[in-house]
Amino acid sequence: MKSLIIAEQNGGQLSPMSANLVAVATKIGGEIDLLVVGASGVAAAAEQARSYPGVTRVLTSEAAEYAHFTAENVAPLIVQLAGRGYTHVLAIASAAGKNLLPRVAALLDVGMVSEITEVVECENRDTFVRPIYAGSLLAKVRCAERVRVLSVRATAFPAVEAGGNAAPVEAVAATGDRGKARVVGQQLVQSARPELTAARIIVSGGRAMGSKENFHQTLEPLADILGAGIGGSRAAVDSGYVSNELQVGQTGKIVAPQLYVAVGISGAIQHLAGMKDSKVIVAINKDEEAPIFQVADYGLVGDLFQLVPELTQALAAARS
Amino acid sequence: MKVLVPVKRVADYNVKVRPKSDGSGVELANVKMSMNPFDEIAVEEAVRLKEAGVASEVIAVSCGIAACQETLRTALAMGADRAILVETDAELQSLAVAKLLKVVADKEGAQLVICGKQAIDDDANQTAQMLAALLDWGQATYASKLSVADGTIEVTREVDGGLETLALALPAVVSADLRLNEPRYATLPNIMKAKKKPLDTLKAAELGVDVAPRVATLSVYTPPERKGGIKVGSVAELVHKLKDDTRVL
Ligand SMILES: Cc1cc2nc3c(=O)[nH]c(=O)nc-3n(C[C@H](O)[C@H](O)[C@H](O)COP(=O)(O)OP(=O)(O)OC[C@H]3O[C@@H](n4cnc5c(N)ncnc54)[C@H](O)[C@@H]3O)c2cc1C
Ligand SMILES: Nc1ncnc2c1ncn2[C@@H]1O[C@H](COP(=O)(O)O)[C@@H](O)[C@H]1O
Repeated sequence: MKSLIIAEQNGGQLSPMSANLVAVATKIGGEIDLLVVGASGVAAAAEQARSYPGVTRVLTSEAAEYAHFTAENVAPLIVQLAGRGYTHVLAIASAAGKNLLPRVAALLDVGMVSEITEVVECENRDTFVRPIYAGSLLAKVRCAERVRVLSVRATAFPAVEAGGNAAPVEAVAATGDRGKARVVGQQLVQSARPELTAARIIVSGGRAMGSKENFHQTLEPLADILGAGIGGSRAAVDSGYVSNELQVGQTGKIVAPQLYVAVGISGAIQHLAGMKDSKVIVAINKDEEAPIFQVADYGLVGDLFQLVPELTQALAAARS
Repeated sequence: MKVLVPVKRVADYNVKVRPKSDGSGVELANVKMSMNPFDEIAVEEAVRLKEAGVASEVIAVSCGIAACQETLRTALAMGADRAILVETDAELQSLAVAKLLKVVADKEGAQLVICGKQAIDDDANQTAQMLAALLDWGQATYASKLSVADGTIEVTREVDGGLETLALALPAVVSADLRLNEPRYATLPNIMKAKKKPLDTLKAAELGVDVAPRVATLSVYTPPERKGGIKVGSVAELVHKLKDDTRVL
């Protein structure tokens, strides 16, 4: 076996989820190469990558055409590297990973397996489990292609600890600008709060918040006291209460924090798909029949505008 | 500019699906089928481009069994001009669909393909990107806004940290995310009109494409159920539980 991990980096900061990919590649066994690309910061990110236990070598390619990780430019590099005999090519099932990998698979003329949550023990490491139908079912699938292209659901594979390794770093030639896509604008949201996929605690609001002002006035103090990330249901995002990258669910972020507090969220299957693997779930909803209570460890029935401030106060009191 | 919109027939998103009794797949007998919700958004966007005078023709395409004609009729009722069924009884996976769509896109001389972001049955999220690769076109996935001018399409995409705007030279492939638009309902008069719109059938087997599945489904099963929790009577009780029974606080 020989895995190629496609790591993401931003300004010299390696995505922490690279460590989840190393965990998957370790399960697969054999050599583990990790590719870092970008227009800058690649060396710094590679320095972090080489410390992960089990990594055989770090491949780097720094070139202007990799600035925005566009699939049109990055896919040809991976296709070229595939000639080194990789049996598995892995990336996180992030927006960037999901955008890139199918392009790679098609160029290699291989089928692809999306969002794996398990690597099944077997001789060729070609069998995986993945959720289908918004996670209401699981499918065990075998991909007998010469290269198995896999996107990985990070929450399903605990990250390895960095340290104890100093894998060699090898620069590889860039493959050029294909000139297909140009990034002409970016609206990246800066927040002091923990990022959803890394947060230990998440407070999420739904349609019941009623307005953007209500959403923030009600949930921010609770999130502050918990040191929590903030998320929302699709209804909350569509209504403009929170920005799109905070949507939790089938088509948003998949999260599995230690504690998920769902406030005024009904618990549609598409929302549950994104959070039902959280360790502890708390639901606050005025409808005692709301489906969210079927997955909640602790349910509180009542008006959120009364209960959330009360909860915030009680937590503050307990803390002092 | 011809716009191609691939539409998939899937179990309706309100249906709770189950595994077949032998676990070999998903039980779809007697299940309500609908157009993949993301594809409705894609059709809507294409029709709006036509209404704005940007697109000359909107062609809906579905790959699969004869019953996909119903899905195509829905697309026609929403405003697509004509439809193509690429018919096969074989199980189709994203790579095969992308190969079939490439043939159609080439044949029609399409300048823009708007797919859904993902099919809500297999949740693959692959076809648009694969099609773009096979056509060697640019791709703009997870679109929440788009505009076309002077042979260029500008697409705002939903990405991990917020939004990103891409400019692509046409031809290109776009995949539609939830917030691109709110699809219209097909009205009764439009459903009637759709019956008269052209719907052609191509036999997949005659298109010279290898559609054999690349990934075999060994079994399908329900995930372990989360143990049902309890209702607490007060905020104080909740705080107590969180602090003392779980160690999350
Ligand atoms: C293809 C597709 C993909 C989707 N992807 C996603 C996704 O990724 N994420 C997602 O979240 N959704 C997704 N959805 C939408 C999903 O089906 C639901 O529509 C959505 O999750 C509902 O959001 P909500 O729970 O905030 O709103 P609602 O369902 O309207 O629920 C509001 C809840 O608030 C409660 N409430 C109202 N007032 C109060 C109050 N004062 N105090 C306490 N409780 C109150 C109500 O009892 C109700 O349970 C998707 C849908 C489709 C079709
Ligand atoms: N059988 C099909 N026929 C037509 N279009 C399809 C088919 N399968 C997938 N698509 C298109 O590809 C998109 C993504 O599908 P998937 O890659 O399966 O998640 C869908 O939203 C459709 O636009």
